[in-house]
Amino acid sequence: MTDTMPDGTRRVARWSPTETSEGAQELETRDETTPEALGREVGAVLRMPEGHVLDAGQIDVERRDDETMIINMGPQHPSTHGVLRLMLELDGEVVLRTKPVVGYLHTGMEKTGEELTYVQGATNVTRMDYLSPLHNELVFSLATEALLGVELPARATWIRMLMTELNRISSHLMWMATNGMDLGSTSMMIYGFREREMVLTFFEKTTGLRMNHNYIRPGGVAADLPDGWEDDVNVICDTVMERTYEYDELLTGQPIFRARTEAVGNLTAEEALALSATGPLLRSTGVPWDLRRAMPYLAYDEVEFDVIVGTYGDNFDRYSIRLNEIRESIRIVRQLVERMPPGDYRVQDRKVTPPPRGRIDESMEALIHHFKVFTEGFRVPEGEVYVAIESPRGELGCYMVSDGTSKPYRLHIRGPSFVNLQSLPLLLRGGVMADAVAVISSVDPVMGEVDR
Amino acid sequence: MTQGTSTGEAESINATLLPEVPRAVGTLTDEIAFPERAHYARFVAAYRQAGFETCSDLCAVDYLSHPGRVLPEGVAAERFEVVVNLLSLSAKRRARIRVQVPAADPVVDSIFDVYPGTEAMEREAFDLFGIRFAGHPDLTRILMPEDWEGHPLRKDYGVGRVPVQFKEAPGPR
Repeated sequence: MTDTMPDGTRRVARWSPTETSEGAQELETRDETTPEALGREVGAVLRMPEGHVLDAGQIDVERRDDETMIINMGPQHPSTHGVLRLMLELDGEVVLRTKPVVGYLHTGMEKTGEELTYVQGATNVTRMDYLSPLHNELVFSLATEALLGVELPARATWIRMLMTELNRISSHLMWMATNGMDLGSTSMMIYGFREREMVLTFFEKTTGLRMNHNYIRPGGVAADLPDGWEDDVNVICDTVMERTYEYDELLTGQPIFRARTEAVGNLTAEEALALSATGPLLRSTGVPWDLRRAMPYLAYDEVEFDVIVGTYGDNFDRYSIRLNEIRESIRIVRQLVERMPPGDYRVQDRKVTPPPRGRIDESMEALIHHFKVFTEGFRVPEGEVYVAIESPRGELGCYMVSDGTSKPYRLHIRGPSFVNLQSLPLLLRGGVMADAVAVISSVDPVMGEVDR
Repeated sequence: MTQGTSTGEAESINATLLPEVPRAVGTLTDEIAFPERAHYARFVAAYRQAGFETCSDLCAVDYLSHPGRVLPEGVAAERFEVVVNLLSLSAKRRARIRVQVPAADPVVDSIFDVYPGTEAMEREAFDLFGIRFAGHPDLTRILMPEDWEGHPLRKDYGVGRVPVQFKEAPGPR
């Protein structure tokens, strides 16, 4: 692939850089494609190179169009958790090919991130995965701090752990609610939202907002925990822990629920790793991979918790993992309440942290400094870094390139939902249409993060 | 610090490893490699052989307006860079592979055959930067509409603005 050919002539670029006619994003019908193209495309929509895991004989290109039907599910389908559109090729009720079509919520947040300073950046990334906004803020802040090279005070780190673990609880509760709804258990919908509201009320008390907090910022957190936070958190822990056993009674042992989740949407460990799947999707296949344990960040090496793994990689394993992760998060939060260190909630580095409010009334320099931090922001040394944390949906990564100014030169967020969505065609293949809803739900995609 | 033991095979194909790695905070990358574009796909395959089971991330960067980045000896800077973050679960290590892609011929080999999980990521890099991945099974736009013109994350692609109307201001520009 060189620019100069062996005989000395320059190779003419096959594509001009501005050409944009790449073809349709949609699934094409069988008679519109040649058998070779179809085989390749089937390999692509299955997200498996031919012969990798999938046996080439399984790719059925001989079928004719009048035997199959392509139907469109979404983007306004209520069970697709946002604006996910699936094109499904069906043979009767059996799903043959699936293609997720995404981008309906794309708002160019990575481009926006290049126009905002590091101080403003957290307000942008927090809107990506709107069910776990604090994790987005955390990964952005960790990346910025890695480039800055600042050390955080212990209390800031532990507050971050407390808030992100509570966020994991609220995110999994939301999943329990919508998953129950997708499977016809509408009571679970009400209960999940009810318990999530308790966590969000605490967030509102601490950060000022229920969602999109802009609470975790480069250099620490925006404010200290409110007075009496231990009591609030203890009430949340006790109530949610008690309620998880009620969910057990409601769902886990229920024959209809089990019939709809067990041995549906199976995935093996090899397939999950090949497809770069992370989070509960990977752990359900029996791979004990949790970044909090495997590559500890913040102070996760100082708290005790178990990594929950499944065995069969089906919907039921993914349900049990999330339910038990709520309990593990409560276990972590209880340790955090007991061992929360005193001290500063943000780093006392003049470069990063604005002066305290009281100083602004007394000192002109403090006022100028405050103004500078919030208008120009602070300069971050040149470099590039990739930081990853365990969000409720999997590995949430941030690749950041700095050119030495106060705005990131490139901000890339590796959304776990975006990557996990690639497993859908494999999970749905060979299953019946009615299970599609249950499988989509068990992958837990958040479209804000998929499309960014 | 570069610990190239697990990737001995990878080093044999003309790669330059960056001796200095940024300061460690949390989960950072253990090694950074700069393969030549012609060897990129084989180089990634060698990492796969060396035990990097999964590809965490693939993205592109447009260095058009960057004042100048630090690259090791022998690596000629080009406008685009494709950045691949690999993860070894068994060794608990991360590796980053940065390959230079010239603006005149923005094509690199696809690594779909090595890591099928890069399917959507390569489509995203193509959609937003216009970098073609040779051998990708379904290289179409993924986030932008299919009839969109241009590649928005390029640095010469303008940021849309809605003028703010202040009282007695000269009006929209």
